[in-house]
Amino acid sequence: MPEQLAFTIEVFLNGLMAGVLYALVALGFVLIYKASGIFNYAQGVMALFAALTLAGIIDGQVPFSHLINAILGTDIHHFGWHVPAFLAILLTMVVMIGLAYAVQRLVFRHLVGQEPIILFMATIGLAYFLEGVGDLMWGSDIKSMDVGLPQGLNTWIDDTTFNAFGYGFFIDNLDIVASIIAALLVIGLVMFAQYTKQGRAMRAVADDHQAALSVGVSLNFIWILVWSLAGFVALVAGIMWGTKSGVQFSLSLIALKALPVLMLGGFTSIPGAIVGGLIIGVGEKLFEFLIGAPFLGGATENWFAYMLALIFLVFRPQGLFGEKIIERV
Amino acid sequence: MTDGYVTADGRQIGPVVMEMKNITLRFGGVEAIKDISFDIRQGEIRAIIGPNGAGKSSMLNVISGFYVPQEGEVWYKGAPRPSMKPYEVAQQGIARTFQNIALFEGMSVLDNVMTGRLTNMKTGMFWQSIWKGKAEREETANREVAEKIIDFLEIQAIRKTPVSRLSYGLKKRVELARALAAEPSILLLDEPMAGMNVEEKEDMSRFILDVNDEFGTTIALIEHDMGVVMDLSDRVVVMDYGKKIGDGTPSEVRNNQDVIDAYLGVAHD
Amino acid sequence: MLYRESGDFSSTYAEDSQTFPIKFDRYRYYFVLFIAIAVIPFMINDYWVNSLFLPFLIYAIAAIGLNILVGYCGQVSLGTGGFMAVGAYACYKFMTAFPEVSMLVHVLLSGLVTACVGVLFGLPSLRIKGFYLAVATLAAQFFLVWLFNRVPWFYNYSASGQISAPERTFFGIEITGPNTQAWATYLFCLMFVIFSAYVARNLTRGSVGRKWMAIRDMDIAAEIIGVSPLRAKLTAFAVSSFFIGISGALFFSVYLGAVEVGEVFGIQKSFLVLFMIIIGGLGSIFGSFAGAAFLVLLPVALKIVGVDWLGWPTDIVAHLQLVIVGGLIIIFLIAEPHGLAQLWRVAKEKLRLWPFPH
Repeated sequence: MPEQLAFTIEVFLNGLMAGVLYALVALGFVLIYKASGIFNYAQGVMALFAALTLAGIIDGQVPFSHLINAILGTDIHHFGWHVPAFLAILLTMVVMIGLAYAVQRLVFRHLVGQEPIILFMATIGLAYFLEGVGDLMWGSDIKSMDVGLPQGLNTWIDDTTFNAFGYGFFIDNLDIVASIIAALLVIGLVMFAQYTKQGRAMRAVADDHQAALSVGVSLNFIWILVWSLAGFVALVAGIMWGTKSGVQFSLSLIALKALPVLMLGGFTSIPGAIVGGLIIGVGEKLFEFLIGAPFLGGATENWFAYMLALIFLVFRPQGLFGEKIIERV
Repeated sequence: MTDGYVTADGRQIGPVVMEMKNITLRFGGVEAIKDISFDIRQGEIRAIIGPNGAGKSSMLNVISGFYVPQEGEVWYKGAPRPSMKPYEVAQQGIARTFQNIALFEGMSVLDNVMTGRLTNMKTGMFWQSIWKGKAEREETANREVAEKIIDFLEIQAIRKTPVSRLSYGLKKRVELARALAAEPSILLLDEPMAGMNVEEKEDMSRFILDVNDEFGTTIALIEHDMGVVMDLSDRVVVMDYGKKIGDGTPSEVRNNQDVIDAYLGVAHD
Repeated sequence: MLYRESGDFSSTYAEDSQTFPIKFDRYRYYFVLFIAIAVIPFMINDYWVNSLFLPFLIYAIAAIGLNILVGYCGQVSLGTGGFMAVGAYACYKFMTAFPEVSMLVHVLLSGLVTACVGVLFGLPSLRIKGFYLAVATLAAQFFLVWLFNRVPWFYNYSASGQISAPERTFFGIEITGPNTQAWATYLFCLMFVIFSAYVARNLTRGSVGRKWMAIRDMDIAAEIIGVSPLRAKLTAFAVSSFFIGISGALFFSVYLGAVEVGEVFGIQKSFLVLFMIIIGGLGSIFGSFAGAAFLVLLPVALKIVGVDWLGWPTDIVAHLQLVIVGGLIIIFLIAEPHGLAQLWRVAKEKLRLWPFPH
């Protein structure tokens, strides 16, 4: 059945593309977790918040306009200008850095030394808080996002595969661009961590807080830096997903997709996040295509990643690339 | 094998209750314990000493079932002990304390001591959910035992205090209370006096001797303070780099050339 | 002067280990119980029952259940919504399969079914710890919701894919369906709340509870002093899921009457119940009630203040609610990780010495 095979290959490729985006979100988690031991559930909401902010700025929306209108009885919505995409991205980044500062200053500075699970629950609280703030600031209607990324069917791949297999693969230009940007981002982050002074300090903090402190690394600065980086990753992820399916609440759910990626890849490993993302992206698409849709009634993407991670973890609790846990008394 | 001996201070020591036979324990490529054999007799205070990293704590962990040795057997009450989980070892009457205090920080002193009684509390969940009757009777009976231990170790005043609020020395004492509450046949103490000042050490030594004297509990302990070890213990095992280099009464060990070398430092070949 | 314990001595260990060792507390507890059973049923109407009392009572059961797992045994679960769904669907299947049987039996059986499912999903907890486990429980959440959505047997092949509660009775009194009386549904749920709190309290003060707490505080040490981690964790999962299943069954059959699984038992529900026990107090039965009351009251209060008084649009008030809940979670975790229950304890401590604190 060559046609079935061609379908499968197409599904595989699409899964790969989705996997790249999962990996991107997972990367945001890994960055924060490595440097501060915080498992940031709010990463997905940060992506939503970044996308909302970007869309709002481009559109010239007045922040908190609904709230202001409700309190003061005014009727303002827009400044009446449109900000160019590039400038808007820069402005959004400034907002995300401000957010990183606020989060570190107001929340996690007071939770230093708490158990990881408490920190985790705090980030769930943060996720709710941010979601509410994002909605209050920019309104909860679905916004479209256009920063000039190419979209639509890639005709070159369509033509080439049609000639080769007699069946044209449908692959979205946006997915290709997203994959390239994600790959560049990953390379950039690894370079940053390996070769810059701040990157080295970041790794030092990840290894041992006390030791890093004793050689003069400012923990506060590093943590703000890390949260800013995570904000940046969230912004990129937000742009990709926002362009693909509009800026709406469901965007924050990509965090839920990234969680099994992390379980699979190990919470501390950047290569793990990438490989895990690809495995889950490909795995869930193929499973849905080959087993889910024909035999199980479809929509298995909702849980496949979790089940895979769960079963995998039972046999290898530290994940693919995590370090082996030796228990001591 | 003779059945027991009489100590210098005139206590009668019974037959062997536990025996290590050629224990070897490896972590990856590292041999933490190399082919070690020794025995523990009924009613005696047995010390395991040695420099840092000698494998003493690993030995204790083997006894309490937390590590499984690659080679060798642990004999308990005259029979080789089958491979078992740590909680099954505890149920056989072996209780212990830890080098770094391992109390349950979220619970009160009384509750911590009561956890030592868990191996004796068998009422099923159904009766416990009703409480009145069987469960309450069992709770009260075990509470009496726990209170006796609390009296014995003189921690009545802090009975209801959360453990996290206690000082280091008191925590060590509560940990001993928890181990004693199990009424163990063998009590393992992992550095019971680490980090204590002189008065606290004296208190702790007195408690250890009293426990041995009053309940007849067999005690195996690891300790760094040589003065304490020599005063307390009946027989001493000396370990260095995972090997046994000496075994005997304190005075025998003190005069053993290998032991002196290990402590004063001689180049290892 | 109002609140004293002097002269109130326990002379036996049994007296000392009772739930309310202080007389004043004991009497207050009886008083609250009296009001709840004998006064409230005569004063309430449908509005009060449906907007406040039923959600409070049912969430209190779920919170007690989750608190046993998270607060007492230290195993964080984000699968509460999924387990409530198990209770709801089990109840639905029992109700439609055995129409003659009393609702009491249906609800209890639903709890048992949920307990079994909970144990199944608790098995990985033996290998997976901390937030790895928290994420793993999401597998239960998503899988169970998907299952009830996609397998028609669970919703009796109904066209809408929803389940709706037929009319069922308890000693001849109608408990479910459109023609129920406010006092009947209230008392029916109250009965389960009292049962749950009683069982949970007894389990947590005895040896089972100490095993759970030992595992929570230091699992390795617990194992070495004789606690089987397998049994402790699985019993916690079982008991916790039992209560959560009961609450799910009541939530569907008595409170809502009709349920679409993705909407009602989604992951938001898991978070809501988790928030209740964080705000109320981890490891406290009283905290479970306090947290449930707080998060049931908050939206109602916000709606009254925001929409009815200030005339704001409802969506703004809803967003504001997210901000407030999220903010409160963070504030509680920073300032008072033991929640409202701890605030209550501190207040009592102060009151005990008032008005002469020195």
